Amino acid sequence: MNVLRLSLGFAVGAISLFLILPILVVVPLSFNPEPYFSFTRSMLLLQPDGWSLRWYREVAESAQWRLALKNSVTIAIIVTPVATALGTAAALGLRHLGGSVRTLVAAVLGAPLIIPVIIVATGTYLFFAPLGLTQSLTGIVIVHVVLAAPFVVVTVSGTLTTFDAQLSRAAATLGASPLRAFARVTLPLIVPGVISGALFAFVTSFDEAVVTLFLASYDQRTVPLQMWSGIRDQLSPAVLVVASLLVLLVAIMMVVANLVQALKRGGE
Amino acid sequence: MRQRSPHRTGWTLVLPLLVFTLVTFLAPIGFMLWKSVYDPEVAGLLGQTRQALAKWQTSTGLPGPEGFDALSRDLRDLTGDGRVSQLALRLNRERSGMRQLIEVTADAIAEYDRPLLEIDPRWGDPDTWVLLKRMTQPLTARYFLSAVDLQQTPQGSIVRQDESRRIYVYLFGRTILVASVVTAVCIILGYPFAYALATARPRMQRLLFFIVMLPFWTSLLVRTTAWIVLLQRRGVLNEILVAMNIVSERSRLELIYNLSGTLIVMTHVLLPFFVLPLYAVMKGIPKQYVRAGKSLGAGPVRVFLRIYLPMTLPGVLAGAALVFILSLGYYVTPALVGGRTGQLISNQIAFHVQTSLNWGLAAALGSILLVIVVVLTMLLSRVTQRGVL
Repeated sequence: MNVLRLSLGFAVGAISLFLILPILVVVPLSFNPEPYFSFTRSMLLLQPDGWSLRWYREVAESAQWRLALKNSVTIAIIVTPVATALGTAAALGLRHLGGSVRTLVAAVLGAPLIIPVIIVATGTYLFFAPLGLTQSLTGIVIVHVVLAAPFVVVTVSGTLTTFDAQLSRAAATLGASPLRAFARVTLPLIVPGVISGALFAFVTSFDEAVVTLFLASYDQRTVPLQMWSGIRDQLSPAVLVVASLLVLLVAIMMVVANLVQALKRGGE
Repeated sequence: MRQRSPHRTGWTLVLPLLVFTLVTFLAPIGFMLWKSVYDPEVAGLLGQTRQALAKWQTSTGLPGPEGFDALSRDLRDLTGDGRVSQLALRLNRERSGMRQLIEVTADAIAEYDRPLLEIDPRWGDPDTWVLLKRMTQPLTARYFLSAVDLQQTPQGSIVRQDESRRIYVYLFGRTILVASVVTAVCIILGYPFAYALATARPRMQRLLFFIVMLPFWTSLLVRTTAWIVLLQRRGVLNEILVAMNIVSERSRLELIYNLSGTLIVMTHVLLPFFVLPLYAVMKGIPKQYVRAGKSLGAGPVRVFLRIYLPMTLPGVLAGAALVFILSLGYYVTPALVGGRTGQLISNQIAFHVQTSLNWGLAAALGSILLVIVVVLTMLLSRVTQRGVL
């Protein structure tokens, strides 16, 4: 029994390292003063001159990275509310549809989750080119909404399965208008689903590389595209800086989410 | 009329996203499917030739003089604005030598109107005309034939592509193989991890959750970068191994920019997609079952094999299917770390969209990939009794 537990512990430890180590290794390397992708001797000896903010400065001053960040944020800021609104409405509406119609509609709405993004990219590229929607932010925003909305549908549907439809009917019987019943009864109950859906939508748009690669020209470059060319063409540690910042962002988000949950549990 | 029927409310709420998805998602994919069998380019350039050749039976040798006249007229009309070279390039893709033939012929006609047969003897070869007749028909199976390494001979029979040009069947095979290997490794690594996640004490559970969710939420590009840093020739892993004298300076491990790079990074990226659904299933298994088995005298291995494992199989199936399906369409990872040997079918699709501009072939390859994915998804939802949502 103990042998089993011990070997399981070892296996899980090794798998954990596999999952997390590559991501964590990036962070110290971004402080490399040299244009390399690996540790220098003085870094390992923890000498102060072995560490530098050289690449952080370079990223902060680079017009390309600034443009990329601006584009990514602009796109995600439009995509997130639109996808969240469309997805939430659809999730609420789906419950009212009957049996096989519902299955069919759900399949259509969920298709972007399953269909490989390379196919989406090819299809939209061919379809959008004659419409003048390639090399434009509009085209990218449209596709990002369609890719992000299903995540909202899934997360909101998830909270709805535990939501009792009787509640909104009770509100209606008590004289609440549909809008009021929604705002006071339904919305507070599905808020966790809506928030995590919005988060998914934001991340989906912010991370999306393939469709953007097909649809963007130089002026519409996003952070993932800039990283793409940073990896492929110039291989500069500036990429590591951006990667580290993104990892940090995710880690902070997760810790905050954890704290919020812990507070909620404590409050109950 | 304040209380509307729930059905109407449902449609009102669903419709915006449904219409949006149909117009901006399914329509483009439908357009791609259409593009894979419909190619009006040559028909548009050689309109008169198309009409003249419509009645010609290819088995009767050369077409009549009206075919020759029509082509001369078409070529004369095309001269002067780059459309000749467009036509020449397009036809050359089907048969090498056509580019030169078309350009020489168009030049000769523009300069001094001579009969085609005097300009080049190849116009006396029925095969040239068969090609033209075939290419001026907008509906075509040629892209699908190319996508599975087949071609149509001038005589009309379907044969395999020349050996040096057979690549797509092999690439589809490699794609399926990579997806299978990645899925298998995800099962092996993911099962114990999900088990630990489902059974650990709260503190440990939070840590493990963090470990699986951090990569899950981290940008794909960041994770790919991380693996390049770790695995490349002068990367962290090789430096450590060399410093510890495990490998020599000259025999550094080539773990990336080849097939192994694709496999390692894809496994890392997709592992959370296996762990999470399996964890959800494991979490729902009541402890009493395992306890009951133990109290009836079964050893831990037996309890696991006879009770626990069978109950987790739906989770394994769901996670494995998800990983497999996602693997089939992977593009970013193989493009960045796959080198030459780690390229998958999606990289060829991207190549034909962006570089070779052979959109019909890209569409046909995409259509085949789409059919594979959709069929697998439908089979899966049949097995697990639930839809995508």
